[in-house]
Amino acid sequence: MSEELKVPTMAEFMAEGKQPEILFWVGSAGSYDDRAKKISKAFVKILHKANVAFAVLGEEESNTGDVAKRAGNEFLFQMQAMMNIEILNAYEVKRIVTCDPHSYNCIKNEYPSLGGNYDVVHHTQFIKELISSGRLTLEGNTYKGKRITFHDPCYLGRANSEYDAPRDVLKQTNANLIEMKRHKSTALCCGAGGAQMFKEPEKGNMDINVLRTEDALETKPDIIATGCPYCNTMMTDGVKAKEKEGEISVLDIAELIANS
Amino acid sequence: MQYIPNILFLIILALGIGYFTLNIKKLIRNIKLGKAVDATDNKGERWRNMARIALGQSKMVKRPIAGFLHIVVYVGFIIINIEVLEIIIDGLFGTHRVGLKVLPESVYGFLIGSFEILAVLVLVSVVIFWLRRNVIKLKRFLSSEMSGWPKNDGNIILYFEVVLMCLFLIMNATDTTFQNLGHGNVVSQFIAPWFGDNPDTLHIIERTAWWLHIVGILIFLNYLYYSKHLHILLAFPNTYFGSVTPKGKFNNLEAVTKEVKLMMDPNADPFAAAPEGAEDEVPAKFGASDVMDLNQIQLLNAYTCTECGRCTSACPANLTGKKLSPRKIMMDTRDRLEEVGKNIDANGGEFKDDGKQLLGDYITNEELWACTTCNACVEECPVSINPLSIILDMRRYLVMEQSAAPMELNNMMTNIENNGAPWPYNQMDRLNWAKED
Ligand code: SF4
Ligand code: SF4
Repeated sequence: MSEELKVPTMAEFMAEGKQPEILFWVGSAGSYDDRAKKISKAFVKILHKANVAFAVLGEEESNTGDVAKRAGNEFLFQMQAMMNIEILNAYEVKRIVTCDPHSYNCIKNEYPSLGGNYDVVHHTQFIKELISSGRLTLEGNTYKGKRITFHDPCYLGRANSEYDAPRDVLKQTNANLIEMKRHKSTALCCGAGGAQMFKEPEKGNMDINVLRTEDALETKPDIIATGCPYCNTMMTDGVKAKEKEGEISVLDIAELIANS
Repeated sequence: MQYIPNILFLIILALGIGYFTLNIKKLIRNIKLGKAVDATDNKGERWRNMARIALGQSKMVKRPIAGFLHIVVYVGFIIINIEVLEIIIDGLFGTHRVGLKVLPESVYGFLIGSFEILAVLVLVSVVIFWLRRNVIKLKRFLSSEMSGWPKNDGNIILYFEVVLMCLFLIMNATDTTFQNLGHGNVVSQFIAPWFGDNPDTLHIIERTAWWLHIVGILIFLNYLYYSKHLHILLAFPNTYFGSVTPKGKFNNLEAVTKEVKLMMDPNADPFAAAPEGAEDEVPAKFGASDVMDLNQIQLLNAYTCTECGRCTSACPANLTGKKLSPRKIMMDTRDRLEEVGKNIDANGGEFKDDGKQLLGDYITNEELWACTTCNACVEECPVSINPLSIILDMRRYLVMEQSAAPMELNNMMTNIENNGAPWPYNQMDRLNWAKED
């Protein structure tokens, strides 16, 4: 992915007096985290391929406030939320797509009572939509016969009961989808949620991401598929802790689809 | 003289029901110590949830063995209690097996026959339950919060069931007229020979079993309040009031919204007098440090918890050896609420500060910070309890009232405040990822 990606902003659309079909909410991880940036790029590639008119807020985007809220800082959350809502409403945004289940949950469920009402979609749901409407076709058989296991992100799965979209999309790659013992509503957290990503874990006898990686390794996968930038980091670290990084890759569904 | 048994019965019945009513009143008063919540929305869905989860036990069967046994005991318990109706009428009016007078013999026989079969099924299930707790020692019954009373409580109820079911069968077996009917004694006919054929002895045994049975049931009823078995009753309101929104949706504190709006409004005059009507608003305390700061549904949750530990056995923090156990959160909340209730009783209806609170004396910061807010506990709970909402409210208190978040979280929050990202990067660089390769 060395060619420069075209990522238009809302401000540019506005200047031309146009509205994009969707707003791509990149999120803080997708903007700054080195691993997550690759996911953002992969998703943009998909959007271009499917000819979706999209825009980002760019410098006008700010943190959703999701982590602050889970940490208990309702003040900071609501300040962030209201700032974002003001901008989103000013641009008359209708549809928001994001690769981050935490942003997805927060904007979808917690922004409405503060004045932000949008149709919020997770990127796996959007990709599913693109495929079933025929706007996106997958040619290659890159993953044919590969064993892939999908780790459900808590904030897409249990929090919003979306278990099928990521699986439906994965099936399109002709890979062998193998479920972990704990999956869908009984999936184990990767350990990053609830602001844990930003602090040392409490004392225990192991880290949550290592336990979750063990769940994944039991399926003898070639690839661990994720749908959340935090899950991706946690599982990548877990695979490293188990010294399996040579054999197993951890890839976001956007990356898997962008490559197939 | 001949009315003495009837009068005695009436007194025992009145005492049993009276004391129970008293405790239930106390329970309602304690729950009302919490903040009122509006749960008048989505009535249809709420009734459906109650029918499905409490009556239909839809979540119990996720663990097939425990679920199946639980349904047997539950159905047995409810149906056999129809028999109690007959006992009460007989006791009050001095009749004997009044059912036989109002129902055709075959119908009566069919009813009692099915009760007898259920009684045996309940006995078998109870034995398996006991083995699971005491011999197989399932991990989730062994956590630290399950020692002492909670452990005994689990067993006592099993012994209770055994005694009540045996009494029911003995009562039938020693009732000569009933045995002579040859209807409905499907199980008791095999027990009958054990008691010989002396009519006087049989009569005494029958009467004793009958009295012990009804007294046992009344004791059981009153035992409920002190036990996790309160869920037999509370599972119904609790599933009704359970959340009907996506699990990821956490409530937005309204008191905060008001303040934030004021802060963000450039035209607001910070020194202006409070708007009218604002005086009678209680000064807001953000988050919860004690049970009175929680809401009524959270307190009802605490009374409903069956201590089954399904939540804890799914909690990622607990699974990796951290101190957090969502079951303990619920048990602590109930214990503290009971303590506050007793304090109120002892002080003539008013709570006197006892220098204690839920936070610190029961639940520690370490437990609260270990939660990943993953909702696994909420998903698992068979009676729609939400331990996570209590954890979050207590975190809110720690952060907004005490500024007691872990260091790294404070840094993260400062970053969000200053640059709109949890990391110390400039907001102007937010789109750099698109230009890098
Ligand atoms: S939400 Fe918190 S308490 Fe509940 S299972 Fe997850 S980590 Fe444990
Ligand atoms: S909160 Fe629910 S799952 Fe947890 S112990 Fe209580 S009843 Fe069981």
